[in-house]
Amino acid sequence: MSELTLTVMRLGFLAVLWLFVIVAVQVIRSDLFGTRVTQRGTARRGAPDRPQQQQRQSAPPQQRQQSGGRGRRGAPTKLVVSEGTLTGTTVALQGQTITLGRAHDSTIVLDDDYASSRHARIYPDRDGQWIVEDLGSTNGTYLDRTRLTTPTPIPLGAPIRIGKTVIELRK
Amino acid sequence: MSSSTTNTTTISTAGPPSRRNTELAMLVFAVIIPVFAYANAGLALSDEMPSGMLSYGLGLGLLAAVGHLVVRKFAPYADPLLLPIATLLNGLGLVLIWRLDQSKRLAQRAENIGQVFSPSAPNQLIYSALGVALFVGVLILLKDHRLLQRYTYISMAVALILLILPVFFPPRFGARIWISIGSFSIQPGEFAKIIIAVFFSGYLMVKRDALALASRRFMGLYLPRGRDLGPILVVWGMSILILVFETDLGTSLLFFGLFVVMLYVATERTSWIVFGLLMSAVGAVGVATFEPHVQQRVDAWLDPFAAFKTGGSDQIAQALMAFGSGGVFGTGLGQGNSDLIGFAANSDFILATVGEELGLAGTMGILLLYGLIVERGVRTALAARDPFGKLLAIGLSAAFAIQVFVVAGGVMGLIPLTGMTMPFIASGGSSVIANWALVAILIKISDTARRPAPTPAPTTDAEMTQVVRP
Repeated sequence: MSELTLTVMRLGFLAVLWLFVIVAVQVIRSDLFGTRVTQRGTARRGAPDRPQQQQRQSAPPQQRQQSGGRGRRGAPTKLVVSEGTLTGTTVALQGQTITLGRAHDSTIVLDDDYASSRHARIYPDRDGQWIVEDLGSTNGTYLDRTRLTTPTPIPLGAPIRIGKTVIELRK
Repeated sequence: MSSSTTNTTTISTAGPPSRRNTELAMLVFAVIIPVFAYANAGLALSDEMPSGMLSYGLGLGLLAAVGHLVVRKFAPYADPLLLPIATLLNGLGLVLIWRLDQSKRLAQRAENIGQVFSPSAPNQLIYSALGVALFVGVLILLKDHRLLQRYTYISMAVALILLILPVFFPPRFGARIWISIGSFSIQPGEFAKIIIAVFFSGYLMVKRDALALASRRFMGLYLPRGRDLGPILVVWGMSILILVFETDLGTSLLFFGLFVVMLYVATERTSWIVFGLLMSAVGAVGVATFEPHVQQRVDAWLDPFAAFKTGGSDQIAQALMAFGSGGVFGTGLGQGNSDLIGFAANSDFILATVGEELGLAGTMGILLLYGLIVERGVRTALAARDPFGKLLAIGLSAAFAIQVFVVAGGVMGLIPLTGMTMPFIASGGSSVIANWALVAILIKISDTARRPAPTPAPTTDAEMTQVVRP
């Protein structure tokens, strides 16, 4: 057997031995950081503390849409929770329906005593105008001061009130 | 609910908590490395792939697979690293022993003193199989490690018997640590270390408050009351007796060190460590002054190279030279001259072969693997919810760590040489079997510790009241 092969094997063996040690340490590391911390409802901090569900949908497209993108001029690009336990949460508007309620499959899970489990939804109509519709909630959905009875277009910046939570559409 | 009061944090575990697939991947890795080492050693020794490569690889793989399946079934939340590291060390041990079996020098040496040279690697594979069988047995039969707590005082008696028995058998290689029946012999100290850890944890769990709280403060140290010194004095006396009658420094150091570590962990009092170190120093120096066998060991430690002039045993000198000639990257498997150590080259002195053929890099890797086992044990102790499990996990990992330290230190000339073996790597049935049992108990404790708490039954109060306004 040539000297070279043996040298390569010798160093190769040491390399795989150390690789094992390093992989083992990685396993320990993933054990240490194996918990996921989700903070809910911190009023002091803003966007980074959104609940998991919304995070998935919001982060990258938000920036893309803000710098122009499709849609009419003056169309809202994000939905912002401005009051209530979820204050600071934002969800990018990408043409999908946003459901609000205490049910945990809602887009925005409301932690609010006055909200119903399926409280309201916000969706774009064919022209891209955003519409809010009450889904037969117990305590009602208010746009500004009026209680909704039919699906209503949302003006930019108008507060949508659900229990103690206030939502606005912003550019 | 106002926004100021609700600042809740949800902590959830990411991914599946059991981590059995990680363990499987690591195990595959842990079987491939020794096969690679085997091929390397075979190519270096005889220019061809060794014939037994397939059977050793398959044997190790089979043992690993059995271990993994049993862990999957009986300890699904156990630590994912303990089994792969133990398998890797055992596999590397098999390769190193096989490599020393091929040595012509060792065969010649056995012939010169009128013995038949028999290869140790096949035996070691059988011992490994027995060890894995015991591992499986412990995992299946030991439903809960807290069951061991019931046998606190029985295990004390059993451990004492195991420790005292070798005194009645003839000494082998200068130390009475063997029980030999016919051609079959075991080293009971290896098993006693597990059993005595059970006793110490059961005992200290009950007594730790008395030992920790009833003390006076003096010069920053908590001095225990005189009568609380009782247990440590008894264990100290025991280890001195072992040293005197069995002339084995390793076993004695292991038991006393184990007790001091567990006492410290149980009571959080630094004073026990100070006392322990003082007492062991006094004991060791005292015994070394009048016991010739121990004295001989100390002399060989102080001046290992004197053996070349006086004609004594040159094992330590050869081991030191093996480490030296290995350098940083070693000479390569099968290309060293560590077989010059002669007697016990593949058991007590196997670390010298690692040092010469794998060099500093390989030795550090192996020591880190031992360190990882100990770390996982300590981690298990931290995670365990019951005090007995905590103490037992700490005790077992401390015993493992002390054993590695005592052997490695002895071979490298840091402390006087003792008659203990490197866990998993060294040739020797008792050691391999006992250490597999030790790992099995650690895995069982870690399974209990890491098992997620059962989800509480949903209470009706949790449902929010809906306010209906007209």
